[in-house]
Amino acid sequence: MFSCVRKVPHATATSAIAAAFVLGVGFCAFSAHAADSVEVSISIKDHKFDPSQVKVAAGTPVKLTVSNLDATAEEFESRALRVEKIVAGKSSAVIRLNPLAKGSYPFVGEYHEQTAVGVVIAE
Amino acid sequence: MLAALIIVFREVLEAGLIVGVVLAASRGVAGRGRAVALGVLAGVAGSIIVAAFATQISSAFDGRGLELFTAAVLLLAVVMLTWHVVWMADHARALTARLRELSDSVEAGAQSVIVLGIATATAVMREGSEVVLFLSSIMLQNVDTAAGVALGSAGGLALGAAVSAVIYFGLTAIPLRRVFAVTGLLVTLVAGGLASEAIHQLSNAGLIAPALDATLWNTSWLLSDDSLLGRGLRVLLGYRDRPTALEAIAYVMTIGGILLLSSQHLAAGRTATANTSA
Repeated sequence: MFSCVRKVPHATATSAIAAAFVLGVGFCAFSAHAADSVEVSISIKDHKFDPSQVKVAAGTPVKLTVSNLDATAEEFESRALRVEKIVAGKSSAVIRLNPLAKGSYPFVGEYHEQTAVGVVIAE
Repeated sequence: MLAALIIVFREVLEAGLIVGVVLAASRGVAGRGRAVALGVLAGVAGSIIVAAFATQISSAFDGRGLELFTAAVLLLAVVMLTWHVVWMADHARALTARLRELSDSVEAGAQSVIVLGIATATAVMREGSEVVLFLSSIMLQNVDTAAGVALGSAGGLALGAAVSAVIYFGLTAIPLRRVFAVTGLLVTLVAGGLASEAIHQLSNAGLIAPALDATLWNTSWLLSDDSLLGRGLRVLLGYRDRPTALEAIAYVMTIGGILLLSSQHLAAGRTATANTSA
């Protein structure tokens, strides 16, 4: 029984290696395309996006800054863009989009889905 | 009240499923109840701290702070769950014997119990910080009375805990001979799902090359990530309706890695036992 317990540090080392491996893959996949991304800003006021329609060029990475002018937090959510990000009240958050195929990608403010609706149009 | 109920239920369920599975996988380990309780408390404290510094965390690293932080928390959880599965694989036989004799639980040593606590804390902290931010936001808006928010949150908490408890008791009803095989596999799948979620966070931070970030398939028509079942299966099995290439790789590699580690560990254990008895 005791010998089993003593083996745990070995397991730690191996799982740490496994984790490092996973991390490694993650970081190997890093890309330097951030430099040529297009920057777009939108704001949230009274639980509405302004502008609610964001036009971007297809095939270009986008750095979308969402400024929340309301005092309340909002969650920028888009199934189509695969993004879910909380924007605290009176603050802003950056959302990074990989190059998009042509099309429209709706998004909502999850905490105020009735009013906070918008769309990214890649063309 | 309804908004608070829904949000709290959803987040509690996501954290609760992980805690339920890990708890069921630790049957017979002494001190697991205390470790999980401390983990929940630490997770709640962590949630409040994260929510309080949400703006600062979010704006760090050129707006990538929150994603990097979440990915780090997720990877920590993956390491903890990996350790847990490997350790349990090693001890399943001893635990089964003890449970069958209905004798005392196995003294697991401080390390494995700490692993359990940390895994719980990471799950609670990740979902909890969203709850704290959301609730503080509702309170600011004055659309709901404090009593309404409190009632909704309590209801959500109770419902989420109830569903998690159903999962836990469902798992403990598995015949003793099989229980550790089933729960070990389930914890492995949970770990795979968390690893792919970590990659998703890095993708949202714009750190994954587009080629690896391409969507492999879209099964949202069949089972959406938004649906309750979709969310549940996402936590338990790592289901995603639109996985990217790297998310799938991370999922497969984590599961493969854990299976490999536990089988190696078991084999090493057997050789050691054989040598001692010879």
